[in-house]
Amino acid sequence: MGPFIEVVLGGLLAGVLYSLVALGFVLIFKASGVFNFAQGAMVLFAALSLARLMSDELTVAHYLGAAAVLGLAVGYGVVAAWRRLGPASAPGPRVGWGVIAAFALIGVAVAASFGVRGWPGWVAIPAAAAIMGLLAVAIERLVLRPLVNQEPIILFMATIGIAFFIDGFGQTIWGSGIYNLPLGIPKDPMFLLESVFDGGILVNKLDIFAAAIAGVLVAVLAVFFQKTRIGRALRAVADDHQAAQSVGIPLNQIWIIVWTVAGFVALVAGIVWGSALGVQFSIALVALKALPVLILGGFTSVPGAIIGGLIIGMGEKLAEVYLGPTLGGGIENWFAYMLALVVLLFRPQGLFGERIIERI
Amino acid sequence: MKLKAIFALAAAALALPVAGADPALAQGEQFYPALVYRTGAYAPNGIPFANGIADYLALVNERDGGVNGVKFVIEECEFGYATDKGVECYERLKGKGSTGAAVITPLSTGVTFALTEKAPIDKIPLLTMGYGRSESADGSVFTWNFPLLGTYWSAADILIQHVAKKGSLKGKKIVLVYHDSPYGKEPIPVLQDHAKTYGYTFEAIPVTSPGVEQKAVWLQIRQGRPDYVFLWGWGVMNSTSIKEAAAVNYPRDKMYGVWWSGAEPDVLPAGDGSKGYNALALHPAGTVYEVHKDVLKYLHERGKGARREDVGSVLYNRGLINAMLVVEAIRTAQGKFGNKPMTGEQTRWGFENLNLTAARIKDLGMDGLVSPIKVSCADHEGARKARIHQWDGKQWVYTTEWIEADTKYLRPKMEAAAKAYAEEKKITPRDCSKPQS
Repeated sequence: MGPFIEVVLGGLLAGVLYSLVALGFVLIFKASGVFNFAQGAMVLFAALSLARLMSDELTVAHYLGAAAVLGLAVGYGVVAAWRRLGPASAPGPRVGWGVIAAFALIGVAVAASFGVRGWPGWVAIPAAAAIMGLLAVAIERLVLRPLVNQEPIILFMATIGIAFFIDGFGQTIWGSGIYNLPLGIPKDPMFLLESVFDGGILVNKLDIFAAAIAGVLVAVLAVFFQKTRIGRALRAVADDHQAAQSVGIPLNQIWIIVWTVAGFVALVAGIVWGSALGVQFSIALVALKALPVLILGGFTSVPGAIIGGLIIGMGEKLAEVYLGPTLGGGIENWFAYMLALVVLLFRPQGLFGERIIERI
Repeated sequence: MKLKAIFALAAAALALPVAGADPALAQGEQFYPALVYRTGAYAPNGIPFANGIADYLALVNERDGGVNGVKFVIEECEFGYATDKGVECYERLKGKGSTGAAVITPLSTGVTFALTEKAPIDKIPLLTMGYGRSESADGSVFTWNFPLLGTYWSAADILIQHVAKKGSLKGKKIVLVYHDSPYGKEPIPVLQDHAKTYGYTFEAIPVTSPGVEQKAVWLQIRQGRPDYVFLWGWGVMNSTSIKEAAAVNYPRDKMYGVWWSGAEPDVLPAGDGSKGYNALALHPAGTVYEVHKDVLKYLHERGKGARREDVGSVLYNRGLINAMLVVEAIRTAQGKFGNKPMTGEQTRWGFENLNLTAARIKDLGMDGLVSPIKVSCADHEGARKARIHQWDGKQWVYTTEWIEADTKYLRPKMEAAAKAYAEEKKITPRDCSKPQS
């Protein structure tokens, strides 16, 4: 019984990691109806940015560039807060840009004074988040805006292009080695119930940490989507681009917001995956694990991504351990898809997906 | 029409400098087609190897003015360790240069399998140092393959010899965790054979490429509690295996990797979790050898080297040795055919007559880095020795002397497999007892 519980628990915790990536897909699909093939590349890019900024091995240009991006983001936040809190005294566009540029310059100056030295986590994480924000702006300006109101398949194809670009761009800027994330996340194994089962039940501390992170993330996202004005606007845009625009929802801003949020989720997933595997190219491939999770859980449901991840994680590990030896092993990858396909047979919209009936 | 003409002119203008700069077009230079993977999941392992090759050939050009006055020109083709792209790179590069490709070093068993049938037609030798088809060591059938310095069958045999020395293997359990590809499957027949001879139980567990999902595998290992785990991984699979072994508390000193699972990128990501992990070594790491002093002096100090931090790493040194074998095969061939760029056919002759004695290796500045090697028509492996090295948390440390694979057992097995291949492909084996032209 002990080994069985161990496999189930290990599978559930691995599933949490899949859920983290699947969440990024769900966010963009829910808010823009686009299946973002580049989510895996974004996870890699976010993790690479963070890991490399925390290392001492970059050129000074890397640190200055990242500091400028962080400064831009902070400046933008300050101006936005200023406009919201004190509309009467709010600056015009020219002053606003001046403030933002000033923050970017401050960032560069501070980074220059540090020279070539790895940044601590509390600076590097916001910097990586700011880089993901900038990436979101770039994607919206250069790819999505020209394609507004196109068929979803066109947008999907565009995201395939984005994925290839980010994969290559990330490796060109940050390098293509294996990098550690020195965030101090515990990784030691724990052995529970040693008095009950021979050898105890193995649980990895990193998996527990990932589960806690996923829990917090889901709670935050649920509140964001259900309780905030922006969240409701996101859902409106997802239903119909044109109708949303006609009632005054600024489509461009919404897309930037949703891609930024997906970028943050990618960063969180990158931190967890990067801690487990080391930050390296394969992280981008692991994201494909999210596909069966999405098929199972539904493309539009945040809880679906979580439950789907848990089922896929547990199912594939049980299959590998108990069916694998009979079938020649190495079955967990295709088993995940088979599990998802079986669900599709009975519930085409996935376990938690929205059932959409269209009149034609 | 005008627009078309402008486009045509622009295209021609763009193409001209490219064609003019084509390194392979120069006469009197030896073209070296480098199949590399500097991007993708296997890049951490592909980069130092590619840099070792690039640096050695550049060193021969800078220090010696080429091999007997013939300089090397390298063209790299990125294939990301994907077999289909590797074959595409081969097709693209095989005809380049004044003589066409003189040798191909794919650093991929998958590509090697795919090219083994093409090489005889294109007359280009395949140098697969420490990898490739094990039975291709039989040169009577595999005329164009050169798995120099050791095949996977030799590796498996050496590992079993080593663990058997630690105590009888009777009743013990050995698990092979392998990359689910032609590469990973290579040692299985030898380990199965030895299970009968030595009396251990053997289990092989595949890991799907790239190998980042191994939780289930290591839970099985935790439950099965094998006495030894052999690792036949590549790239990120290796570091993941060591991390997962640490995660299930499997003792790292009971783990033995093949020589492709024993480099710095394999152990560094797991940090202290890698301490005690063992692997086969075809050669040492480090920069204490004469050749490294030259690489630093002639290339890196003049800003002409590849990546400085790679110099001396396990895979960089393997790239150096790989390139040295290419250079020496060409030098040997030049002894017969004259000091000019060699064709594939001439280079093949050079490989087959390669004889690197200890004295010659010392002259090359590689004393202690590579062991003597003598290739012949019948034996395309040339040497079949390895040592075990262990990661002490900071560096690889040798824990054994050289262990030689058991030819009495392996040779008949290779010959039988080669014969079966020859029958399947309708190849008439050469009679190696007669002098070869």
